[in-house]
Amino acid sequence: METKNNWRAWLYLAPMLILMAVFTFYPLFNAFIISFYKDYQPLLNQRAPGMTLDNYSIVVNNYFFKQALKNTFTLAFISVPISIVLSLFIAVALNSIPRLKAFFQTIFFLPYVTNGIAVGMAFAVIFHRNYGLFNQFLSWFGVAPVDWIGSTATWGKQMTALMIFTIWDSLAFKILVFASGLTNIDKQYYDAARIDSASKWTIFKRITVPLLSPLILYISITSMIGALKAYNSIIALFGESLGGRPRDMITIVAFVYQYRADYANIGFYSYAAAGAIILFMITLAFTGLQTIVSRKRVHY
Amino acid sequence: MEIKMANLTKIFISKDKKEVHAVDHVDLTIPSGKLIGLLGPSGCGKSTTLYLIAGLLRQNEGEIFFADEEVSEMPPEKRGIGLVFQNYALYPHMTVRDNILFPLQNMKVPKQEAMERTQEMAALVGLEEMLNRKPKELSGGQQQRVAIARALVKKPRVLLLDEPLSNLDARLRLQTREEIKRIQRETGITTVFVTHDQEEAMSISDEIVVMKDGVIQQMGHPQEVYDAPVNLFVAKFLGNPQINVFEGEIKKGKIIVLNMEIATTDKPDQKIIVGIRPEGFMVDETKKSAFKFEVNLVETIGRDTTLIIDTPSDDETLLDKHSFKVIVDASYRIMSGDLVHFKVKPDKMHLFDLDGELLK
Repeated sequence: METKNNWRAWLYLAPMLILMAVFTFYPLFNAFIISFYKDYQPLLNQRAPGMTLDNYSIVVNNYFFKQALKNTFTLAFISVPISIVLSLFIAVALNSIPRLKAFFQTIFFLPYVTNGIAVGMAFAVIFHRNYGLFNQFLSWFGVAPVDWIGSTATWGKQMTALMIFTIWDSLAFKILVFASGLTNIDKQYYDAARIDSASKWTIFKRITVPLLSPLILYISITSMIGALKAYNSIIALFGESLGGRPRDMITIVAFVYQYRADYANIGFYSYAAAGAIILFMITLAFTGLQTIVSRKRVHY
Repeated sequence: MEIKMANLTKIFISKDKKEVHAVDHVDLTIPSGKLIGLLGPSGCGKSTTLYLIAGLLRQNEGEIFFADEEVSEMPPEKRGIGLVFQNYALYPHMTVRDNILFPLQNMKVPKQEAMERTQEMAALVGLEEMLNRKPKELSGGQQQRVAIARALVKKPRVLLLDEPLSNLDARLRLQTREEIKRIQRETGITTVFVTHDQEEAMSISDEIVVMKDGVIQQMGHPQEVYDAPVNLFVAKFLGNPQINVFEGEIKKGKIIVLNMEIATTDKPDQKIIVGIRPEGFMVDETKKSAFKFEVNLVETIGRDTTLIIDTPSDDETLLDKHSFKVIVDASYRIMSGDLVHFKVKPDKMHLFDLDGELLK
């Protein structure tokens, strides 16, 4: 029976497999190969004979690549944990107000169905030095206008603005996932915990979080991958200059795009490929690390 | 510790916006140190009563006292109760030890003492070997015992058990109910447990409370309630096989069922409902009694013989069934098709009016 119907299984899988082969596996493999080409010019399809690791050493030593690494890591390591913790609290809070839950859930989910670039442009206005809401808000506390995303903004200010936008933008999906996870937790555990004199904080820490841990792992892996691939948010907030001061907020993906766009220059296409492969390796490493670290802390 | 409920009422609003009195003006005093079974069909309000005592539900009316202390408005964690949930609600991510330790940690019991008490409790329920396991690595009966240990470890004033045996298989059920009885005796804690299984309630309770539609029907020692039900509901709910219920009549001091005189009474003439326990029939070997039937089926199991008898007439003289059961000693050699004369044991026969209340 099993072997007899095998071809059928493959047939059903075929559309997906073919698409993945064409659009995922082949490009990945191709990028890997190109990243080792010497003096590659894709337009003329010319390259020097042999393979080289030079592209990698050039990329790694590139000032903008270092800047991109710094930006990407800062963004990922700060925004991901903060957004997870925040969304977890919001989801738990939502769960404790059954009546207004659906209403607030809709509100919190709106950013998710809104175009990221549009939201980013709204944020660009909010963070505007002269007529932004954010500075207006700060002025109530006597804070002088701050340049968050303009040409005089410091790296820290720009990163703060980017961070706030990224966290806000990523909350929606996480809240949705956690809220649905919470409804799946048997209410009796909470009754039992109350009988066992557990405080609200203890219940959150020792019942809710462990019981949600598979979802927390899922969310932390996917949002880590998402944060490492940050690009949309930069374009949305800072435009194509990639920063108040050009390229201040460059990320790895932005770096790859820039070099890929300049493919007419000798070797740039390979630099872009090398950058992409490095990002791939970094992502793989972090995902692996998260899986290993979580093995002891996730309860299925 | 004595638990007293006065005028306790809990109203739920159903989906079609109707008020349902799950617990309806209940007055009940549960004596200290006893094992009490709250018994009734599903939806009778027994679990609601338990959760009201626990404080997980809040009453609409009435008061609850633990000894002299009123606890009506107290949150569950302040009441000092141990509660065992129907499906145990053991924290799946914690080991047995952590499950039992959890309430002690919340009450800030010093670590050393907490460990000792956990060990003690594990010994009481016989689970010392299992302390490092997770709940899902235990059998249903073991999980049940962990839940009891977790409920008892904080030395509660009252132990509440919600359908403690319903998730266990038949053999384990017998074993576990003995276990609950033993633990209750050893600790002497006032225990209330909820069940829909009358046999379970009768076998281990010091006293049973029979409920229906949120109202207490009868409370008392299991055998007393069985022997002297106050109404037809209680009579039908207790006993297996069920009590046989016939339509009958009192005519000039005679009790008539199916046009046969079965006994005499001093009650006035009226239409009545006659309940006779299956073991309330005696075979009349003199064949003089007028109460006689042709036996349809005979089942002999061990020392008892069950006779299954179809009522001879088609009219609705036997309420809600067309046949009834009689249990007699197996020494009678009765075959199906035999005509058997019966006498009725007076203490096994109960007379009710047409509303199901015991005839005064």
